[in-house]
Amino acid sequence: MREFRYERATDLAGAVATLAAAPDGAYLGGGTNLVDLMKLGVATPDVLVDVRELTSTAVEELPGGGLRIGAAVPNADLGADRRVRERYPVLAQALLSGASGQLRNRATTGGNLLQRTRCSYFTDVTKPCNKRAPGSGCGALQGAHRNHAVLGATIDGPDSPVTCIATHPSDMAVAMVALDAVVQVLGPDGERSIPIAGLHRLPGDDPSRDTTLRHGELITAIDLPPLPAGTVSRYRKSRDRASFAFALVSVAVAVALEDGVVADVRLALGGVAHKPWRAAAAEEALRGQPPTEAAVTAAARAELAAATPLPENGFKVPLAQNLLVRTLLDLTGASR
Amino acid sequence: MDIQITLRVDGVQAPLSVDTRTTLLDAMRDRLRNTSPKKGCDHGQCGACTVLLDGRRVNSCLVLAVTADGAEVTTSDGLAAGGQPHALHRSFVEYDAYQCGYCTPGQICSAAGVLAEAAQGWPSTVTEDLTAGTADLTDAEIRERMAGNLCRCAAYAHIVPAVAAVAGAQGVRR
Ligand SMILES: Cc1cc2nc3c(=O)[nH]c(=O)nc-3n(C[C@H](O)[C@H](O)[C@H](O)COP(=O)(O)OP(=O)(O)OC[C@H]3O[C@@H](n4cnc5c(N)ncnc54)[C@H](O)[C@@H]3O)c2cc1C
Ligand code: SF4
Ligand code: FES
Ligand code: FES
Repeated sequence: MREFRYERATDLAGAVATLAAAPDGAYLGGGTNLVDLMKLGVATPDVLVDVRELTSTAVEELPGGGLRIGAAVPNADLGADRRVRERYPVLAQALLSGASGQLRNRATTGGNLLQRTRCSYFTDVTKPCNKRAPGSGCGALQGAHRNHAVLGATIDGPDSPVTCIATHPSDMAVAMVALDAVVQVLGPDGERSIPIAGLHRLPGDDPSRDTTLRHGELITAIDLPPLPAGTVSRYRKSRDRASFAFALVSVAVAVALEDGVVADVRLALGGVAHKPWRAAAAEEALRGQPPTEAAVTAAARAELAAATPLPENGFKVPLAQNLLVRTLLDLTGASR
Repeated sequence: MDIQITLRVDGVQAPLSVDTRTTLLDAMRDRLRNTSPKKGCDHGQCGACTVLLDGRRVNSCLVLAVTADGAEVTTSDGLAAGGQPHALHRSFVEYDAYQCGYCTPGQICSAAGVLAEAAQGWPSTVTEDLTAGTADLTDAEIRERMAGNLCRCAAYAHIVPAVAAVAGAQGVRR
């Protein structure tokens, strides 16, 4: 592991200033991803600015009925929060389905959003990987890519500097994307609010960048807007073993019916793309429709129409469709 | 880069100068010679290094020692207050919940965390009613909540009843 200086700031502005002055530095949350990647030589910060005891650990009511989640709220506490369980079950379920009890106790909300991909070429410094070593190619394209993306990937041959088929591994972020969360950020140039759909990015022509954050920007909180009255929501995750495994594919669904037709629907998919995937095409197809099996199936197919399955991960296309259909039918069936 | 910290492990306070790269696990085992927590994977995947950090179970292999400065750390050894085995220790013996024993200190600390979390009413991913304020540690709940602790000897079939017996005695299992 590269040697590093450990810093604790006394206030948020001080933390931001310290990191802004350290081009190779990084914020430290719970460390469950960053320390792991430092041991592997994948992350090599020379300064760590510890923000776990600096950013908020509170979940607060927002005027208008939403919740503000401090960046340092542990994943375990957020999943157990009564207001989250009652008002945003999809988020509680996503959190509870991730990692293990020990990891959730230490992992923070901010760190969870910014965890890096679990692509095994990314985490092995002896392999080519455009995300870790820009320009070195993509080992996964013609290698082991069963866990990789079927939507929004950049596929340009194994040696191309732009190819990347990685997925974003977070469960929590998928639910937050469906909920239209807003990420509060403090940077060297001040504060800004980022709708979460604009936080994570597709690899495009620069797979090295996971998000639109600039160096030194600190996540301070995540806001959840209130859901329309009558909304029911659920997170469903499919994985290789019953527990303690990342998603192969997951879905976050929040839906409200009015007079038997879909009045409001929010759908997001995990495990299928470089970012949590908002299923806008499926939402569009469903709005105003009665949620019949035929309508829901057509909507799921519309979303996956642009899929680019590879030899090993083609199963994700029907899996994503089936998860969307089943979860939508279960939820709307129960709420009718 | 070295930094001066104070670790409090199992009630013993130790001032220590550590390289910032040192994990809490390595500091306990190599510097304080407390070998109760074990190193399995060193990557958060096996749970052998589980300890209670300010009362919450965590993987000590992913915690930097500098971040535990001043915190209260309890290992499985430390749960044996005054040399008296903890209820979980006794239960693991009674139910024969191990073979080689390497994962056991981590299993014990994790189980202590599970009991404390259940007492606070925390749900799990297999909890049917998320809005219920209380937890009931059924066998399925124990399996799910203990999923972060792997046992290479596969003693799971005995670990579950060992934890269940203590959960029953503590009123978090009906
Ligand atoms: C064995 C294992 C299994 C796992 N399984 C799952 C799973 O099934 N589902 C799942 O979703 N996750 C899983 N995880 C990942 C886990 O959820 C993440 O490691 C955790 O959420 C990261 O949070 P952290 O606070 O520890 O982040 P850290 O490791 O501290 O940081 C992660 C990144 O975020 C940055 N950062 C941290 N806080 C801030 C902030 N406030 N502002 C700006 N940048 C910040 C850091 O610089 C770093 O780049 C697993 C992890 C392990 C080790
Ligand atoms: S998929 Fe992306 S992260 Fe994985 S090897 Fe290719 S470039 Fe790297
Ligand atoms: S040694 Fe820490 S989880 Fe395996
Ligand atoms: S008893 Fe041997 S690893 Fe669990």
